[in-house]
Amino acid sequence: MWFLDHAWLVPLIPALSFVVILLLGRRMPRHGSEVGVSAVAISFLLSCGAAVQWIHRVQDAKGGSALGALGRSIGHLGAESSEAPVLPVLHSVTWFQNGGVKLTAGIQIDGLAVMMMFVVTIISLLVHIYSLEYMRGDRRYTYYYAALSLFTASMLLLVVSDNTLQLLVGWELVGVCSFMLIGHWWEEQQNSNAAVKAFLTTRTGDIGLLTGVIMTFFVIQRATGVGSFNIIELNRAASNPKVGHTLILWTAAALMLAIIGKSGQFPLHTWLPDAMAGPTPVSALIHAATMVVAGVYLGARVYPVFFNGFSIGSGGVNPMALIGGITVLIGAALAFVQDDIKKVLAYSTISQLGYMVMALGVGAWTAAVFHLFTHAFFKADLFLGAGSVSHSGSHHSFDMKKDMGGLKKYMPQTYYTFLIGTLALAGIFPLAGFWSKDEILANAGHNNFKFFLVIGLIGAFLTAAYMTRCIYLTFFGEYRGAQEPHAVPHVDEAEHSPADTAAAVDHDAHAHGPHESNGLITVPLWILSFFAVFAGFLNFPHFSKFEEWFDPRFPVEFHDIEPILHPAAFNAILATISVLVAVTAGSIVLAYYRGMLPQRLSERYAFFRAGKAFLVNKYYLDYLYENVIVASIKGPIADGAYWFNQHVIDNVLNYTGRGARALGRVTYDYVDQKGVDGLVNGIATVTGDSGGEVRKLETGRLQFYALMLVAAVVIFAGALWIFN
Amino acid sequence: MLLNQFLILAAFLFCTGVYGVLARKHAVLVLMSIELMLAGVNLNLVAFGAFRHTDIGQVFALFVLTIAAAEVGIGLAIVLLIYRNLHSADLDDVDTMKG
Amino acid sequence: MIAENVAFGIIAAAMALGAIGVVRTKNIVHAALYLVVVLAGGAAQFILLGQEFVAWVQVLVYIGAVIVLFLFGIMLTRAPMHPADSLDNNLRWPAAVTALFLVGILSGLLVHTFHGQKLNDLEPVRTNQITNSIFTTYIVPFEVVGVLLLGALIGAVLLARKD
Repeated sequence: MWFLDHAWLVPLIPALSFVVILLLGRRMPRHGSEVGVSAVAISFLLSCGAAVQWIHRVQDAKGGSALGALGRSIGHLGAESSEAPVLPVLHSVTWFQNGGVKLTAGIQIDGLAVMMMFVVTIISLLVHIYSLEYMRGDRRYTYYYAALSLFTASMLLLVVSDNTLQLLVGWELVGVCSFMLIGHWWEEQQNSNAAVKAFLTTRTGDIGLLTGVIMTFFVIQRATGVGSFNIIELNRAASNPKVGHTLILWTAAALMLAIIGKSGQFPLHTWLPDAMAGPTPVSALIHAATMVVAGVYLGARVYPVFFNGFSIGSGGVNPMALIGGITVLIGAALAFVQDDIKKVLAYSTISQLGYMVMALGVGAWTAAVFHLFTHAFFKADLFLGAGSVSHSGSHHSFDMKKDMGGLKKYMPQTYYTFLIGTLALAGIFPLAGFWSKDEILANAGHNNFKFFLVIGLIGAFLTAAYMTRCIYLTFFGEYRGAQEPHAVPHVDEAEHSPADTAAAVDHDAHAHGPHESNGLITVPLWILSFFAVFAGFLNFPHFSKFEEWFDPRFPVEFHDIEPILHPAAFNAILATISVLVAVTAGSIVLAYYRGMLPQRLSERYAFFRAGKAFLVNKYYLDYLYENVIVASIKGPIADGAYWFNQHVIDNVLNYTGRGARALGRVTYDYVDQKGVDGLVNGIATVTGDSGGEVRKLETGRLQFYALMLVAAVVIFAGALWIFN
Repeated sequence: MLLNQFLILAAFLFCTGVYGVLARKHAVLVLMSIELMLAGVNLNLVAFGAFRHTDIGQVFALFVLTIAAAEVGIGLAIVLLIYRNLHSADLDDVDTMKG
Repeated sequence: MIAENVAFGIIAAAMALGAIGVVRTKNIVHAALYLVVVLAGGAAQFILLGQEFVAWVQVLVYIGAVIVLFLFGIMLTRAPMHPADSLDNNLRWPAAVTALFLVGILSGLLVHTFHGQKLNDLEPVRTNQITNSIFTTYIVPFEVVGVLLLGALIGAVLLARKD
């Protein structure tokens, strides 16, 4: 199992390419992009190899190999499981050891990891190739590729890690890369603001992650006696009754906060739309396909924690499903009022992430992961399509109402791939989105979460509606953008700066009006469309290869979750209903745009105007966060700190200074002048005076001296005589 | 004759000489008092020489005598010098070593 | 025996009075003369003791030369030849006390040591005995004294000359 055993190469190679590009990229003929593309390509091939070997491993387990027999014998513990258990491939090194606690760095390769590796590397590879054309002539081309490589490496590190600590490291790194890439054109204030907002909002979620990771340590310690961060042990411990429900609940809540932050759930979703300030390939890679799904991945990875913590098995409303459901609706609603095509897609991403989290919340593990898989493809397809439109069709603008329209005839390939992506997203049979979204709805219904089934259907309606609006505004109707070549540099939003435009941009869209994009852009689009069409068939009922290959097979891990995790059977009625819902929504929107429905409602009726204002202001959440929460924390704290500084610290210093001066004065006056000087002067005076007194013996008169002598002799003689 | 009578007489002379040395102002008088002391010493020596029936007493007294004469000569020369410098032979005036 | 004692007594009294006179008189010349009395008395005592040579030498040298020297000194230092106010300085009383103490101690010692020692067999000592001693036994001190006298002579001349 070479590819599985050496899966640690998959994150390592992009990491090395990051270093190489950073150090040598400027001097290379293609400015480092060749290193980036080849590194990701190698990682992709390694991931494919790993996927193939994993599939073999699964099939061997079902078949008659010794590994399978071993697996089955363990599998008797989970007797209801008809799937044979397959052990993940584990390799780790211990980097810290103290009193039984071992901290390791390692890989855990099972179906989920392999699937994620595949998704990340293929989308990253396609984005790398796309960026060769899209970012041509950019001012920081080399650093862009370096950051892309770093991101790919970090995401892969996150995905293959076998312990929550390493996962945390990867998580933080992808956050940093997201910050770097959103703020790629940081010269415009709006972009750097967006980058900071993204970073800080996900950071708020990361508080949850850090707390959660620490708590996982103690969960394992409660269960096994020795604490650790290992994921397999964590999953085992979560189902262990020795660990109190409160601890598991709090761990799940903390990790849920992390998911909310990173995967853009309500209420921390506000950073995602602003993150569209970054280059479009970045949006496709990070904010659609891979980074934002890190939260969902976390949820899938340590699912027993959530399952036991939120008591998902007992039906009813649990925080995970609820937040996911709310996110589905608010994201979809907001997508309606956006003029910027990327923002529509961003809100769409938020909504779809809501679907995934909701699926996890209703016990539909396979459905959530499968939706993650398919969503990556069609969302990346949509984003890259939008990028293609802006690159060649609307002079780097993303405003649908102002600069797009009627692009169907100018950019056919982009149109068709975008259309395929839209249909997949809307969940139209037989494209990928249909299968994955339908599975979520089926599981919601099956597992007694009828409420969320309804939410899911409403969300499907809204999805189809806004995507129809989006595609209509972009590709249908009359072309609204400027056609003449540019004499003046245009001021546009946050895409290439005028400086870049005036510089070595060598494509000639300006001279010719909208046209189809270059092959480097369209080929990735077609590849993604291909997956958008066919990826869904992996989980075709009774074929169910996705489930078979990628479900977790370690029975002890998901022992009592297995009954719930059995995906529901394909429900044809529900499937039909969901397709009908989507089609209806699309038709209504088309009718609106064809003028068959009342127009300009928001301008005529105050009710609709208020509703639109509410949506346009994004539910005033940004206002709440920035002006209310942040300001109210910042203001008093800043004032308090200032007061403390002026009155306490300064006073301490002043009084210390005064005290020192007074002490100095006292010392000078008493100790120095009177004491020390007095002592010294006193000694001198005493010496002088005594000298003066003694001097009186120095009369200079001979007879006086003689008298002294004789008197002394007489006295001595007398004394001698008396005492003898 | 008792030995003591001579010796006590000599002691008396000596002490009188001491008084004179210490108490007299004029330098020549001081020298005279020194002579008194030496007279007492001579008497002492001779008395002992007679007592012991030896010559040393006389001989020693002879030497003392000689030396006394020399000393008076020198002393008077010094007094003369003092008189020349200070125009007074008063020993109270010889106090440049005062202080 | 008694004659000796009487003679001693008279001479001793004279010497004592003379000594006191030296140190108490207000007239310098009188002091010199009182010194003559003392020195003469001393010579007499020597003869009483049988030490004739030194007695006559004392008369010759002391009274003859030394006193004359003193008189010359008195003259050269323009000492007042008539009774002065006081020839004593302000150390009179401490000096008197000291002298008294000294005489007391000395007397006490002497009485304590030589109590009852008599002078017996006093014969006049012949001159040649003395001179023989001087020129044989005590020749070195004799020569030294001679050199000393020479030195004193030269010194006195040096000191007193006008230059």
